[in-house]
Amino acid sequence: MIVKRPPLSLAERLYLPAIWGGFKVTLRHFFKKKVTMQYPEEKWVVPEGYRGAPYLVRDQDGHTKCVSCQLCEFVCPPKAIKITPPGPNGTADRANAEKMPREFEINMLRCIFCGFCQEVCPEEAIFLMKDYALTGASRNEMIYDKEKLLALGGVHQDRIQKWKHKAEEAAQQDVFPVKP
Amino acid sequence: MSATAPTETKPAAPAVETLAVKVDGKAVVVPKLSPDWQGKPAPTTMLQACEAAGVTVPHYCYHPKLPVAGNCRMCLVEFGTPALGPDRKPVLNPDGSPKINKSPRPAIACATPVSPNMEIYTNTPGVKAMREGVLEFLLINHPLDCPICDQAGECKLQEYSVDYGAAQSRFVEPKVHKPKKVDLGPRIVLDDERCILCTRCIRFTRDIAGDDALGIVNRGSYNTLTKYPWSQFDNNYTLNTVDICPVGALTSKDFRFQMRVWFLKETKSLCTSCGTGCNVLIGSREEKIYRYTPRQNDAVNGCWMCDAGRLNYRWIDREDRLKEVRSPKSEVRSWSAVLKEISEKLNAAVPGSAAIVASARQTNEELFLLKQLAKKLGATTDSIPRFGDGDKLLVSADKNPNTNGARLTGICFTEMGIKLPEIARGIQSGKIKTLIVFGEDVTKHGISAADLAKLETLIVSDLLPNETTKAAHYLLPGCAHAEKRGTFTNTKGRVQKFMKAVEPPGDARPEWEFLHELVHGVTGHNGFATIEGLFNQMAKEVPEFNSLTWAGLGDAGVTVKI
Repeated sequence: MIVKRPPLSLAERLYLPAIWGGFKVTLRHFFKKKVTMQYPEEKWVVPEGYRGAPYLVRDQDGHTKCVSCQLCEFVCPPKAIKITPPGPNGTADRANAEKMPREFEINMLRCIFCGFCQEVCPEEAIFLMKDYALTGASRNEMIYDKEKLLALGGVHQDRIQKWKHKAEEAAQQDVFPVKP
Repeated sequence: MSATAPTETKPAAPAVETLAVKVDGKAVVVPKLSPDWQGKPAPTTMLQACEAAGVTVPHYCYHPKLPVAGNCRMCLVEFGTPALGPDRKPVLNPDGSPKINKSPRPAIACATPVSPNMEIYTNTPGVKAMREGVLEFLLINHPLDCPICDQAGECKLQEYSVDYGAAQSRFVEPKVHKPKKVDLGPRIVLDDERCILCTRCIRFTRDIAGDDALGIVNRGSYNTLTKYPWSQFDNNYTLNTVDICPVGALTSKDFRFQMRVWFLKETKSLCTSCGTGCNVLIGSREEKIYRYTPRQNDAVNGCWMCDAGRLNYRWIDREDRLKEVRSPKSEVRSWSAVLKEISEKLNAAVPGSAAIVASARQTNEELFLLKQLAKKLGATTDSIPRFGDGDKLLVSADKNPNTNGARLTGICFTEMGIKLPEIARGIQSGKIKTLIVFGEDVTKHGISAADLAKLETLIVSDLLPNETTKAAHYLLPGCAHAEKRGTFTNTKGRVQKFMKAVEPPGDARPEWEFLHELVHGVTGHNGFATIEGLFNQMAKEVPEFNSLTWAGLGDAGVTVKI
């Protein structure tokens, strides 16, 4: 394709109308409300539903919610998640959940904040939170381990509390006669 | 076990009495008698007929190698039989086809024999409703704890729920809770809440393993699988119940919470713990082996394997595996330099001044290459016998996986180990100056460390350090069978191949690879740089293997005359 290059008109060649136009824009913005934010002293309000860094959460009773099912590790497109399963004894902090990861690492350099891990999690144990500016002095520092992820994740107010209810239901059946 | 006939319903041979049946409108001819769980002829069942027609019938309690129990009701199908008139002749439709009377009630496909011209329907609305109903009942008291269940990913309850179940549960009452984390024995943990009471494990341990250790107690919803209180579930075949358990009720302590099954790469391989050569699948992820599971081969192990063999894999990633090529002053060397040096030494050796002690844990190909070397060197060769306790089911008293391979390739004589004293005397008298040892610690078998010190050249290849590797002048790190390809010949003469599951550690290389280079350096022979080529070359030169090819071995292997 041949691009046409029309010759410049006199007004264009004079250059002054363009400069005047530029000044008009500058003047208009000079008297408008300022939009520049003084980052990092000032920070923007992160909207609801924003997909920031994924962190692990505890429930309101302080239990690690993750049961090491490794579905997030499986679904993670950039393979940022690495879970070490607990082995035969389970090491869970809830009696009937039986299982908890021995180690849970997310490589935040690899993470693409897609939210698949949150979507696939059957235990509501991992959430994409509002952190968007993650920094570290080394690559190793950017691999977040279980302790760090749990500390950053905080507490999730779980409305279902599946394992707690299961344990309560089982405890009720230990007394005789069983209540209907 | 090995005598059992194949279970798949074969297309009718002329001599076999056959029946014509229709499965979902598809005509199929099946034999009147098909092998039952023991391989004995029994009336062909509807499930076998459906299998022959290529129609899947879901089932939990039925297993081709176990007696039929018929308790899960998952295989319910509808069927019809030809209507008979008063003269006992089939009533015909106007178009001449026999009139079919549809049975008013369904039947379980696993236990109902087929009759001539029977029609089986597996995709009617009725059958679909029945499957959905059965699944709903099974799931009533199921804990739905798939995220923590080891069976998730290979669970029939999950699979059938997706394929045939309802999307939602209608059950609002509290579920019946049963014992969890029950310790059945040294290798098995039971979760009774997950159990669907198919009784496969009970039948296996009673009828196959011959140890009537399990049973069901209590009634109705409180039905609970348990072991007898005065005994342990600890026979040598307990872990097979974990394989056949269609749900996650029985779990292996060894594999419990180690890795999710969908991450495991499954490699067709063999068990090397005895001469039976059970077919296995090695489950590995990221160069680490997590489990062995039996692979069906009716000519060898059926669907089973012993616990001892199954758990004998941990040594493969031991820290002290030999990982470096070392030479006289125990310095780390490169393969090419060391192999060149060894070739030169062997070329210079006086004929008859060398001996080779190979291992019957090596593959046919490696033993064949060692024999080539021995021929050129005029070396005395032998191997080391290894005997233990056998049983009637699968475990062989011969603890070497390839005793027959060592015999057929000519490494040893009918009685293995008979030449070891001769080799020891040869070293002591100074007649034998070069000793090549593969995969054995000869200091435990009559050749003392003092004898080894007298040798001019001691070439050792092994996996783990021992007294012989310490004395070695040339130490060549080899591979476990899971790290290479090859073939073994089992006690009954079945030649079977195995595939590579994980990478060898460090500089270790498959023995056949460097032996091939060594044989080339010493004898000048070439032409088998791949395992396929090497096997085919061996098949040409070893009379018993004449009819074999690598490709022809298939997954199940071929039996040769021994």
